[in-house]
Amino acid sequence: MTRARLLVAIVAVAIALVLQVSLFPHVAWHGIVPNLCLLVVVGAALTLDAPSAMLLGFTAGVLLDLVPPADHVAGRWALALTVVAFLAARVRQDVKPTAAAVVATVAAASFVGTSIFALSGLFLGDGGSVPHLLEVIAVAVLWDVLLTPFVLPPLLKVFSSLDPRLATT
Amino acid sequence: MAGLGGGGTSSGRERRWRGLDRLESRNRPPRSLLVALVLASVTLITLDFHGGTDSPVEPARRALGEAFGPVEAATAAAVRPFTAVPTWFRTKGSLSDEIRDLEAENSDLRSQVASAGFEKNRLEEYDGLTQSAENLGQALVPARVVAYASSQTFSKTVTIDAGSSSGIGPDMTVVNNDGLVGRVLRVTRTTATVLLITDPESIVGGRVGSSMEIGFVHGTDDSPAGDELELRLVDDAVVPAKHDTVVTWGSSGGPYEAGVPVGRVTDVYSSLRETSQRAVIEPFVDFSALDVVGVMVPTGTTSDRAVIEADGALR
Repeated sequence: MTRARLLVAIVAVAIALVLQVSLFPHVAWHGIVPNLCLLVVVGAALTLDAPSAMLLGFTAGVLLDLVPPADHVAGRWALALTVVAFLAARVRQDVKPTAAAVVATVAAASFVGTSIFALSGLFLGDGGSVPHLLEVIAVAVLWDVLLTPFVLPPLLKVFSSLDPRLATT
Repeated sequence: MAGLGGGGTSSGRERRWRGLDRLESRNRPPRSLLVALVLASVTLITLDFHGGTDSPVEPARRALGEAFGPVEAATAAAVRPFTAVPTWFRTKGSLSDEIRDLEAENSDLRSQVASAGFEKNRLEEYDGLTQSAENLGQALVPARVVAYASSQTFSKTVTIDAGSSSGIGPDMTVVNNDGLVGRVLRVTRTTATVLLITDPESIVGGRVGSSMEIGFVHGTDDSPAGDELELRLVDDAVVPAKHDTVVTWGSSGGPYEAGVPVGRVTDVYSSLRETSQRAVIEPFVDFSALDVVGVMVPTGTTSDRAVIEADGALR
């Protein structure tokens, strides 16, 4: 069962990744696209058990780092999305999360994830200037929050139907 | 486990408290796993950062590129008909505005051509001199852009749907009908990753058309759209003029072929502190609407698709 869940989650990440690089650039604002992979990782962290979610976050990050056209130092998104999965799994409540809680979690996750990526870039010396960086982070958070109502409900439904412990609620 | 759902009644409160203990043990993300995964990420970063072009991550990049390339190409092909939809809904007013703008630009360009004859001749003469010995004929492999790196990654790269099976290799020049697009970073069998010249890490050897002065064209990341380049001339005493055209300088063995138009000088700043001239270049290529590009390959390259030869023939 666990294996099936992880497999479905990885397929979801792969679909999100392809849409993110091939579809959304056509509607992007200054090249900033919604980070669908991050949304999938947050969705997994809110429903699946924490270790699976973190492993998924790491896998999604490695994919974002390596699948073309990525050309930054590999491991930066892996780091960012692992931390995102850890934090999202921590804020999860014992009850089914309300819509507001999901949106707040996504906003926080998007901010933290994009910031960790940007800061690691500054640290490695291939980031941009700080004002540009802040602008990108702000728009990215906005995008992710805007897409949350369309992406997260079906994701949460799929993930919780796969989780035997949550299927009954 | 039935109480985990948390009923809204007063008795639900008690159950929830008891349930919370179990939840804590189940839900608390394991710190050991976090540490392990963070360390794995940092190891990956270190390996790739110090490895450079022959880093151990490169085979994984290539394998994933082989797997995802066709999927990206198929998605881009499926999406393409819909990206044209906004252009259908255009008012007559916007169309006539565009005609007026284009007419103005046309007359502007005509006057430029009339005055730039001398420079053009000189440029052609120079190109002829330096390159008469080598084969000028370059063939173009046509390709389409199928994936874009997002701005969140702070790098400007795209994936095109032609790879090593079409005769494309690293460091080849990528152009479109407006001018220089970038160079090929790495290839898989069916796709290639292209570094755009607007990327902050891209450096192109450039030559100012009117004065034949050489310099380096860098990408910038200051402008929000990022579609601005910066030219620094080698000779500090020379000030590039506004509206000068910058073409690639081209070096043997280097990534960029000579004589490809890059952009036009829009502003010139003199920095007293650095005692150098910094010119802002507006690229000829519209990087927000990249679609069909051509990769310059040596003439006679075997390819699995039609190749456009230097004389315009299709092979």
